[in-house]
Amino acid sequence: MVTETTIEVSAPAPRTRSWRGRLHALYLRSDTLKGFTLLSPTLLVMGLTMCIPFGIMVVMSFWTQIGFEFDTAFSLVNYVEAVERPVYRALLLRSLTISAICTVATVLLSYPMAYYVAFHVRKHKMAWIILMTVPFFSSYLLRIFAWKVILGYNGVINSGLKGLGLIEQPLAFLLYSPTAVVITLAHAWAAFAILPIYISLEKIDRSLIEAATDLGDGPVKRFLGITLPLSMPGVIAASLMIFIPTVGDYVTPTLVGGPDGLMIANLIQAQFGLVNNWPMGAALALDMMLVVAVVSLLYIWLTRKVTENIA
Amino acid sequence: MTDVAYIDRPNRPLYVYAIGYLAFLYIPVLFLPLFSFNDNIYITFPLKGFTTQWYVAMFKDQPMWAALNNSLRVACVSSAIATLLGLFGAKAVTRYRIPGVKPIIFVIMLPMVVPLIIMGVALLILVTRLGFNLSLYTIAMAHVLISVPFAMATLISRFEGFDPSMEEASSDLGAGPWSTFWRVTLPMVAPGVLASFLLCFTISFDEFIMAFFLGGTDPTLPIFIWGQLRFPFRLPGVLALGSLILVISFVLVFFSLWLRRWRVEDTQSGI
Repeated sequence: MVTETTIEVSAPAPRTRSWRGRLHALYLRSDTLKGFTLLSPTLLVMGLTMCIPFGIMVVMSFWTQIGFEFDTAFSLVNYVEAVERPVYRALLLRSLTISAICTVATVLLSYPMAYYVAFHVRKHKMAWIILMTVPFFSSYLLRIFAWKVILGYNGVINSGLKGLGLIEQPLAFLLYSPTAVVITLAHAWAAFAILPIYISLEKIDRSLIEAATDLGDGPVKRFLGITLPLSMPGVIAASLMIFIPTVGDYVTPTLVGGPDGLMIANLIQAQFGLVNNWPMGAALALDMMLVVAVVSLLYIWLTRKVTENIA
Repeated sequence: MTDVAYIDRPNRPLYVYAIGYLAFLYIPVLFLPLFSFNDNIYITFPLKGFTTQWYVAMFKDQPMWAALNNSLRVACVSSAIATLLGLFGAKAVTRYRIPGVKPIIFVIMLPMVVPLIIMGVALLILVTRLGFNLSLYTIAMAHVLISVPFAMATLISRFEGFDPSMEEASSDLGAGPWSTFWRVTLPMVAPGVLASFLLCFTISFDEFIMAFFLGGTDPTLPIFIWGQLRFPFRLPGVLALGSLILVISFVLVFFSLWLRRWRVEDTQSGI
């Protein structure tokens, strides 16, 4: 897109007396060119820091690591290993499962909240929205750490229950388990679920609901027939905004997951750290992205089908 | 009419649920300040007594100050650049007819949904292939990348909230593009610019994953905290530091979101 701009700006240069002036006039007249010029720094930076690194990563995933050097000959060895080694498959599957459970839980829990703010809050709506958004921008690391404090062996829940005399021994399963990862992730990404759902609910034309009421629909039928289908775009957006980043999270599994809660991103991170096999890490990262993309597209397709059938 | 009003009628069960939900959002985080004043090296109930010793110890911790200084520098630079890029981008997509603007916005917004580990790894490979050393600059670069979408989103809603005829009037009255920008556009979008800066600042200040991959020997504050988490006797200090960070970022974000909605509210619905 960036190159396109530069070509458009410099190409039409007829050799007349004042081609500079003409070009300038053309430029001033063209809204599109001005728009692109203004947009070009942003696109350039995004291209340099996102598209090019991504391209190099793709290239590197076809290399192999030999000691501290790279063998730059094209090879599919990393991908074969990523598919064939049971550990990789198991960790990827676990990441997908944990993220899926966390996504479903978060969306289901957040929907009523978004519904409440969209339909029932009259006063101080902005305060509610801000209250829902603020935690999302607070330190991710500290929010995970807070859960470590709560779920820990001598943490808030265990020492609290013991203090109340409800348990004798601390509940060991709370921390360092996939459950802990799901709870922590659900909490950390909750704000991401509410906002898209809220926005799609807010956009629903109230007269549709009035019409359904006038035609004799009860609350349940009204919800299933109008509100839910119309808010589906928000639900889909919320699901993807939680599912995609959580699959690639390695901080939460490291801090609260324990050995049974490790995820694919821990493995990727290890390839760039202790294991020191960058090409393998690149291949695993791309493998993960591909699987996530396929799952996401399947999900979008499925929810569309289901919504069409209901509506 | 009564049936219609049903929608807007207060709904008690939902209200209780909403309060419970907010509690779920906030209470876990509140344990950090609670235990940061607890006179016990172990983070456990029952609370022993009130102390400020963890805060005193933290203020004497030289490496913490160095990390804080690093974080502030990275956050200032990256949020200023991200906001500037967001300003250009937001003006371009809201004020000019750009063919294919939707896919372009999609690409710019991508860092919001791509797992951070992917972008961190990809940038790490690029930086090392180019032969640069990992430093605070590489962290700042990564933070610009992840902040631009938020800056764009904030500023687009600001640009959409005010009437472009103001700018047109300015040019019709003979002001040049720069003059119009400085005297009309910028004052109008100024709350948005400040909101975007504060938001990007908090994002960068709290960001861990990119800094983890792209940091050199100088740690940012989250990296410093990460290092402390390995030592159990360091945890009370982390609680004290974390509580302070939480309070500051809550205030900054709250202010930023409030600014963003300020006076755009009546022209805009949603966020």
